[in-house]
Amino acid sequence: MPNKDKNAKFGPDRAPASSVAASVEVAKNEKELGAMVAVNIDGNEIKVPFGTTILDAAKKLNIKIPTLCHHEDLKVAGVCRVCVVEVEGQRTLQAACAYPITSPMTIKTYSPKVRKARRHNLDLMLKHHVGECYSCFRNNNCELQSLSKEYGVDFYRFGHDTEPHHEIDRSSYSVVRDMNKCIQCRRCVRTCIDLQEVGVLEAVNRGPDLDIATFADMPLGEVVCINCGQCINRCPTGALRANDPSDEIWAAIDDPKKHVVIQTAPSPRAAIGECFGLPAGTSVTRELNTAMRRCGFDKVFDTNFTADLTIMEEATELLIRLKKALVDKEQVAFPQFTSCSPGWVKFLEHFYPEYTDCLSSCKSPQQMFGSIIKTWYAEKAGIDPKDIVTVALMPCSAKKFECNRPEMQDSGYKDVDYGLTSRELAQMIQEVGLDLPNLPPSDFDDPIGEATGAGLIFGATGGVMEAALRTAVEIVTGIKTEKVFENLDIIPIRSFEGVKYMEIKVPAAGPVPPILSKALGGLKDFSFLKGATLKVAVAHGTANAKKVMEDIKAGGKFSECHFIEFMACPGGCLGGGGQPIPTSPDIRAARTKAIYAEEKTLYSRKSYENPTVDLIYKEFLKDGPCGHTSHKLLHTHYTKRGNKIV
Amino acid sequence: MSKTEKKLVIFSELDVEKALKNALQKTRPDIIGEVRESGLKGRGGAGFPTAVKWNLAAAAQGERKFVICNADEGEPGTFKDRVLLTDYADQLIAGMVLAAYATGAREGIVYLRAEYTYLRKDLEATIEKMRGRKMLGKKILGKDGFEFDVHIHMGSGAYICGEETALIESLEGQRGEPRNRPPFPVTVGYLGCPTSVNNVETFITALHIVEKGAKWFKTFGTDKSTGTKLFSVSGDCEKPGVYELPMGITIKKLLETVGGPDAKAVQVGGASGTCVPRKDFDRAIAYEDVATGGSIIVFGPHRDMLEVAINFMEFFCEESCGQCTPCRLGTETLLEGLDMLDEGKCSLKYLRELCSLGETMQISSKCGLGQSAFNAFLSIIENFKSEIFDTRCSCR
Repeated sequence: MPNKDKNAKFGPDRAPASSVAASVEVAKNEKELGAMVAVNIDGNEIKVPFGTTILDAAKKLNIKIPTLCHHEDLKVAGVCRVCVVEVEGQRTLQAACAYPITSPMTIKTYSPKVRKARRHNLDLMLKHHVGECYSCFRNNNCELQSLSKEYGVDFYRFGHDTEPHHEIDRSSYSVVRDMNKCIQCRRCVRTCIDLQEVGVLEAVNRGPDLDIATFADMPLGEVVCINCGQCINRCPTGALRANDPSDEIWAAIDDPKKHVVIQTAPSPRAAIGECFGLPAGTSVTRELNTAMRRCGFDKVFDTNFTADLTIMEEATELLIRLKKALVDKEQVAFPQFTSCSPGWVKFLEHFYPEYTDCLSSCKSPQQMFGSIIKTWYAEKAGIDPKDIVTVALMPCSAKKFECNRPEMQDSGYKDVDYGLTSRELAQMIQEVGLDLPNLPPSDFDDPIGEATGAGLIFGATGGVMEAALRTAVEIVTGIKTEKVFENLDIIPIRSFEGVKYMEIKVPAAGPVPPILSKALGGLKDFSFLKGATLKVAVAHGTANAKKVMEDIKAGGKFSECHFIEFMACPGGCLGGGGQPIPTSPDIRAARTKAIYAEEKTLYSRKSYENPTVDLIYKEFLKDGPCGHTSHKLLHTHYTKRGNKIV
Repeated sequence: MSKTEKKLVIFSELDVEKALKNALQKTRPDIIGEVRESGLKGRGGAGFPTAVKWNLAAAAQGERKFVICNADEGEPGTFKDRVLLTDYADQLIAGMVLAAYATGAREGIVYLRAEYTYLRKDLEATIEKMRGRKMLGKKILGKDGFEFDVHIHMGSGAYICGEETALIESLEGQRGEPRNRPPFPVTVGYLGCPTSVNNVETFITALHIVEKGAKWFKTFGTDKSTGTKLFSVSGDCEKPGVYELPMGITIKKLLETVGGPDAKAVQVGGASGTCVPRKDFDRAIAYEDVATGGSIIVFGPHRDMLEVAINFMEFFCEESCGQCTPCRLGTETLLEGLDMLDEGKCSLKYLRELCSLGETMQISSKCGLGQSAFNAFLSIIENFKSEIFDTRCSCR
């Protein structure tokens, strides 16, 4: 029996598969005999490595073959049949995205047969695609729409439904599913099952009755969805979207009694320009500040400030855990996991509930910000917190769920009222008629607009870990981090490798700074860590998180780690489910580059050097990081959900 | 149920143990060579040369290799594998052993149609008996270093799982949906290992060929379609049943055998096959003319051919796995068109549009199901247009 076999490719733990693509390995060594194959595409000759798909070979020749179910991040499906081409000598057309070139061949990409087949397949998809383009949020950003234009669709050859056949599922705080617009390309299925290994969405039924559905067709809000929104980013149509709060936000802005504050996460600024025609990787931080003010937000703050605060709290928490384990010889949960990614947090609550103790009790920067706004800031500004509306500009759809968690009301109010995605803010800016790229730049508002480079790089995979290490290394060793890591760049944890691992030897012991002395029970210095090896790891995308968690369960190398950064989305927040569509490895890499470049321009790149952080501990969180006040406002607890939704 | 009286190839006498023993004396290339020489083509319907398949699987690199028997007999109107599974199970298993020996596989699976669950117990008893007689297991019939065993895996009632890559997906515990090809199962199959998937009848025929010789086998059939074939004959005839007949037999001759003198049409190849009208009864049942995996359905003079077409298209709508656009929505659109015809509401212009769509389905669907779903539609519309339009006049 296959499942009992240890060597079987698909073990019993594997999430239900989307159509498994058996693929041919592409030749790596081009010089090897037979590694290069000659092909002729539309009369152009080219040699490509053995196993290259027709689609990739055509790309090399700048020949565009239309695709729909194909996505760079996903396994090959070959189901939409839009990319079909004619291969000489073959009776049937072949899907260019799936067909590996293993012998010399002649290909036609636009023969009459091909054009007719593509047009027919488009006509068929349009048959049940209910909804008008002008009332769709993907208008002008829809792959089905573009294809219809390219292929000159000017009537519905095989009919067109006008009545919806599915109820729109609005049960989730984060994701709205309108299956009337679904064309069953299964990108969401492959995203959920293969890319993220969550497995909430699956194809059910057969033939024309085929649907993309959750388990037992339950509402999305009642299944183990982690709200990462990666499916939204990869949907070619408007079938999946984030739960848009902009109407409520406009209402708050228009209400003179309300003081509407927006905090902006590090990632949207490096991506929102894409919605205004800028190339990926163009940072528009200061232009965006102006735009938000013109939209009517009363204050524009930087979430990076609370990212810095998170570092202070989270690093302190780690030091407390280490002290408890090594000095007080207590049982402490290790490794400590980061908790800033709400998609990851819910993933752990569902799939690894026995590890909730490992999660840092720190709230995410978004939620820390919320409680600080409605307490410290409200007091300083002399505004009744009940009149404050906090909006969080996030690259993320899961943040919408996070701000609605019942435990996120420590200020006495809902700490963050609305999570707003990059896409939704872009829409608001367009509605005001602003030309974002050409707005005059402006700064964040005081007092919570001050942030370091460490806060900024939270947006990239490895960024939280790097930020934490920059502060922790300096505190523990008493040596400037620059002396340990050249230019403060901690390169080993920066790549797009799915799982990254690093060891750091603690060469010296510094004194415990006064701010931490209470938290560490009067400890004088860090000599208990001298000579120790700090082991850290970084994983992005929940499929990679799963690998690390399984390793920990099995007592492998990651179980010996002290601190692990987990991000639910591939590429970290820059690839979040609220970011502009489309997404691809290149786009995410460009956004990351922009963030690291901007970071270099900031006055400081270490969180504990942020003067406002210093100020808040002096003025407000008087008993220091992980002290009483901070515990009340900045820390939280988790739910062992398992397969329950509560 | 009638059965042929003449015992030609498949139904001819065979001492299974002796045949297997003789085969294991030969070298692997010799066995594949004999099968190649015989011209045997896959008996499931697609007609892929068996020796080519075995040779590719034999040549493929892989620590594990599999031989899979496709016993998911699901084409409407076929039931010949049922007879083989019932009465010739030992020959089937021996045929799989032969294939395993030829391709270098150690593991075998019989993918048994869900509706044949009642056969499982007897099949398992046969397998157990063959283990006892050293025809399965380690050192088969004393052959050093040759081991092979078989287990049964039940299907779940999906027609599409008769398509070999969908069958493999189903075996792996996934939704039964065809894979992209290439790579073909002979190189990347079950669990990513080289896998040879053959029909029940193919295994048994191959065993007879290796024992009795390709020359003997070729005395039956035509040049391009050698040997004999089992036919499941049903419908409006006097003696429905399973018949072993030489390939290349004309439909007329076949009808004489089964007693269908007044048939107005014969559906050759099941729902995915072709409907042959009376005027074409001289056509031969062979790969080079009208191909079939064995299904022959006879339609008497009183049959309403549009109803037949609707019935087949309903079947495809039901059984399409739904993954690729042309099949999922094409079958539905064609069915809607047939219903419109039935109501006298389909214009000739739209009918032409539908036929054009059918061509797209034939060339752009991912697997054989979508590629052949239009066949019956086309042949019935082409040959019975006047009957259909006369009975459902759109101007009434």
